Amino acid sequence: MAKVIEGLYYSESHEYVRVEGEYGFIGITDYAQNALGAVVYVDMPEVDDEVEAGEEFGAVESTKAASDLMAPVSGTVVEVNEALDDQPELINQDAYENWIIKVEMSDKSELDNLMDAVAYEAFCAK
Amino acid sequence: MAIKQILEKRVKRTCLYDRHLSMGAMMVEFGGFDMPLLYQSSINQEHHAVREHVGLFDVSHMGEVTVRGRDAERYVNHIFTNDVSNMPAGKILYGMMCYENGGTVDDLLVYKLGDNDFFLVINAANIDKDWAWMQEQAAGFDIELKNESDVYGQLAIQGPESEHIVETVLDIPCSDLVFYTCKVIPTPNPSHMGGEDNYLQGLLISRTGYTGEDGFEIYASHDCIRECWDKLIDAGVQPCGLGCRDTLRFEVGLPLYGDELSENISPVMAGLTMFIKFDKPEFIGREALLKQKTEGTARKLVGIELHDKAIPRHGYTVLNMDGEPIGEVTTGYHTLSTDKSVCMALVDTAYAALGTDVQIQIRKKVFPGTVVKKQFYNKSYKKN
Repeated sequence: MAKVIEGLYYSESHEYVRVEGEYGFIGITDYAQNALGAVVYVDMPEVDDEVEAGEEFGAVESTKAASDLMAPVSGTVVEVNEALDDQPELINQDAYENWIIKVEMSDKSELDNLMDAVAYEAFCAK
Repeated sequence: MAIKQILEKRVKRTCLYDRHLSMGAMMVEFGGFDMPLLYQSSINQEHHAVREHVGLFDVSHMGEVTVRGRDAERYVNHIFTNDVSNMPAGKILYGMMCYENGGTVDDLLVYKLGDNDFFLVINAANIDKDWAWMQEQAAGFDIELKNESDVYGQLAIQGPESEHIVETVLDIPCSDLVFYTCKVIPTPNPSHMGGEDNYLQGLLISRTGYTGEDGFEIYASHDCIRECWDKLIDAGVQPCGLGCRDTLRFEVGLPLYGDELSENISPVMAGLTMFIKFDKPEFIGREALLKQKTEGTARKLVGIELHDKAIPRHGYTVLNMDGEPIGEVTTGYHTLSTDKSVCMALVDTAYAALGTDVQIQIRKKVFPGTVVKKQFYNKSYKKN
């Protein structure tokens, strides 16, 4: 069973947001990393890039295919997880510990459009 | 649509389909067949199993066409770019069938089983197209042409331990087989001969493969293939799917029809002139291919190595250093055996020289790379 963490917000495209004040840590869920297989490359934006909710902000690549990452919320990138440059497989080891980007959210009300842990778990079970 | 038409469009299954499902394989449609992409492991694991030990592939989706009769050799030499005259029985040649304009119909293996007795192995995705084309070319030849694709299953056992495994698990002596030779032997179980359809009346084994490792391919009736598969799996051989089949062949520079060869990509463009025997008096496409060889072609297939880890994939655009499009990626991966982001690409000939600086567009960014040889990893064939 894939791990789903309470208190995070989840998108239908299997990204999560962990909120800390004005900031959101964004990554892919355990369900997603398991479906993708071994991650060999993470294509990340730069600090100061703008991300738009529902728009593509990067990609996660396995041997077989590239999967676009869709931003669950809008904002400005304040940090990218540089550890993923050399060790992209960290996402497989712990998808929640190893977030991909940290953004300063521009509109926290967008979180209302996302699922909570219970809803996401039900969504994955379909 | 009539039921018959619907049935014809249905995705086909090999004789090992049930086994793939029971092993939890992730299935994918390829060439009109429902095939295993990978088993309960990862593409990386299966890839490394083949490079370091041994792996087992169901390749029963491949097609087989037999050519027999008085004009068999003449016919094969008419449709094939390589030269089958003077082949000893038991020898195998790789080459292409081409259209008059030099475009590729398919790449294939031609097995000579005896005088005027040839066994052609063609790509699954092209079976219907090849069969129709081959029949059209048969006018005026005294031959018996048969599409035996549904009759045979096929296994590939690949890796440095494959000879040991075939000899001990399948009880088939094969140390006498050199690279690109074959033999027909009785099936281990006489009831698995396969009936009258199976003109092999036995099991055909060749020292061939599509991975760059030493290995064997086995063709036999469905029952015999199932028995061999079960024995190999019970002995602990790693089953391998199409995922690693592609990463393995790509690393050693082997083409895949549909990507590196097509009706628009000739064997000359793909750098495969070694398999075109121009001193044969005639074969379909000879004039066009000779012209391409002597005058050059507008585009050529090259290898490109990126300086970063970003992965170039099929269809991505190749640019020159001024940002102008000069070609497309045909196949690309981050290689599992050499840990580099590399691809094969069809580019304008002006940029095809080894060492040329190019760039590849990967989603929103452009990554620099260099033109390199298409073989990214050295093959380990047993050639003597």
